[in-house]
Amino acid sequence: MRRMRFIFAGFSLMAVLALPIAADTQKTLSVQIREGQIRATPSFLGKMVAKVAYGDRVDMLEDRDAWKRVSIPGGKLQGWMHTSALTTKRIVLKAGQADVKTGATRDELALAGKGFNEQVEAAFKKENKNLDYTWINRMEGFKVSPEQMQDFLASGNLVPRAEGGTP
Amino acid sequence: MKKAVRVMGLIALAVLTVAACKTMETATTLVTAIGVGSGVISSSQGESIQRSAVAISRSVESFTPEQEYFIGRSVGAVVLSKYTAYANTQVNQYINMLGQTLAKSSDLPEVFGGYHFLVLESDDINAFATPGGHIFITRGLIRCCRTEDALAAVLAHEIGHVQLRHGMQAIEKARVTEALTVLAQEGLKTYGSREVAQLTRAFSGAISDIASNMINNGYSRSFEYQADQAALVILQRIGYNPSGLIDMLAGMEQKLKPGGLDFAKTHPAPRDRIAEIQKPDLTFTSVAPPKIRQERFIKAGSQL
Repeated sequence: MRRMRFIFAGFSLMAVLALPIAADTQKTLSVQIREGQIRATPSFLGKMVAKVAYGDRVDMLEDRDAWKRVSIPGGKLQGWMHTSALTTKRIVLKAGQADVKTGATRDELALAGKGFNEQVEAAFKKENKNLDYTWINRMEGFKVSPEQMQDFLASGNLVPRAEGGTP
Repeated sequence: MKKAVRVMGLIALAVLTVAACKTMETATTLVTAIGVGSGVISSSQGESIQRSAVAISRSVESFTPEQEYFIGRSVGAVVLSKYTAYANTQVNQYINMLGQTLAKSSDLPEVFGGYHFLVLESDDINAFATPGGHIFITRGLIRCCRTEDALAAVLAHEIGHVQLRHGMQAIEKARVTEALTVLAQEGLKTYGSREVAQLTRAFSGAISDIASNMINNGYSRSFEYQADQAALVILQRIGYNPSGLIDMLAGMEQKLKPGGLDFAKTHPAPRDRIAEIQKPDLTFTSVAPPKIRQERFIKAGSQL
């Protein structure tokens, strides 16, 4: 009986130690694209509920394949985002920002605007004066809204069968 | 019974060891944060403690989507130093409507700055995709397509290269290491001119690695076949006929000029790609697309 109790105690200890790690690691996610969209349904054709910006934090409520149901902390808004728009890393927008001081490892932290950034692009352009970015900027302005996509699909007699998958 | 207890003990020990490894990093972070917060150690000391606690992962995965976006912009500028943009709003609008809708059905629907498509004014049969999602297609390649489904296949193949990070994998390891070393050294402070120079050297090297692979030499055959497989998945998800890819390749086979510096040089022969696609137990039936779809394709193509 005493042995049984020992085994039980061992199990409880394992449960206590193992569970919080699994539950905590993925709960809060950061938006890793310039302009994220939260949708009413887990689909790119779903109605847009809210826009989120690079570095914004969202709480994960549900994980369904490549889509995550998320909510904006402190807000009532919730909806779906594709996993490729999110990272488990905390994104810090500016050095010296309050977030930085909470301390995070390199694996947990991504500093926005670091590494290959505008500053590096400018230095690269200086060395390569023959390169012209006019059309790069122009093409980045070609945007297609979810409504336009829906129209495009309908007017082309296209019926999507599945959403994008997990990267 | 004794044996059972021993086994249980071992399992518990194993679980504890795994848990300890996982929490070590977090613990260092927490202690450092507390130290910094309570003023016991300075913030920069805290950073160096954290830096030493974490090994630097030197793979292309370490680059954020934001950095891939900046790499993509400059690779795109190199493409545009060899080709001229086709400044026709209607054609570019159509190609973006098609391409951006396809991208949403890929395994990487979201990239930092979004996917964007541009037609190039050239009779070459060529297309390029940067790691940032800038995708270029020549008029010559569009002319190989007789249906929207075929054109969708070309764009989906390029989206496949982005999704599979083929461009990023063309960057030499040494440059990746250099860039990531600067990032690690620099921690959370702003860059000085020395670091910018170092980063720019790595950046410049990365751009030329990608551009020479993509434009001059071509990716490996296996990368091209992988991109074709990705294209088939994307086409099927969105409702296009996957045989669009075969139709397009057949059209290309007729138009490619031997010795050309375009797909004739950088891609496996269309007939080889067709053979590779049809290898699995997949049969594709070429069906004429709905009239309404064919009409809008012809209308957009008339602008070329």
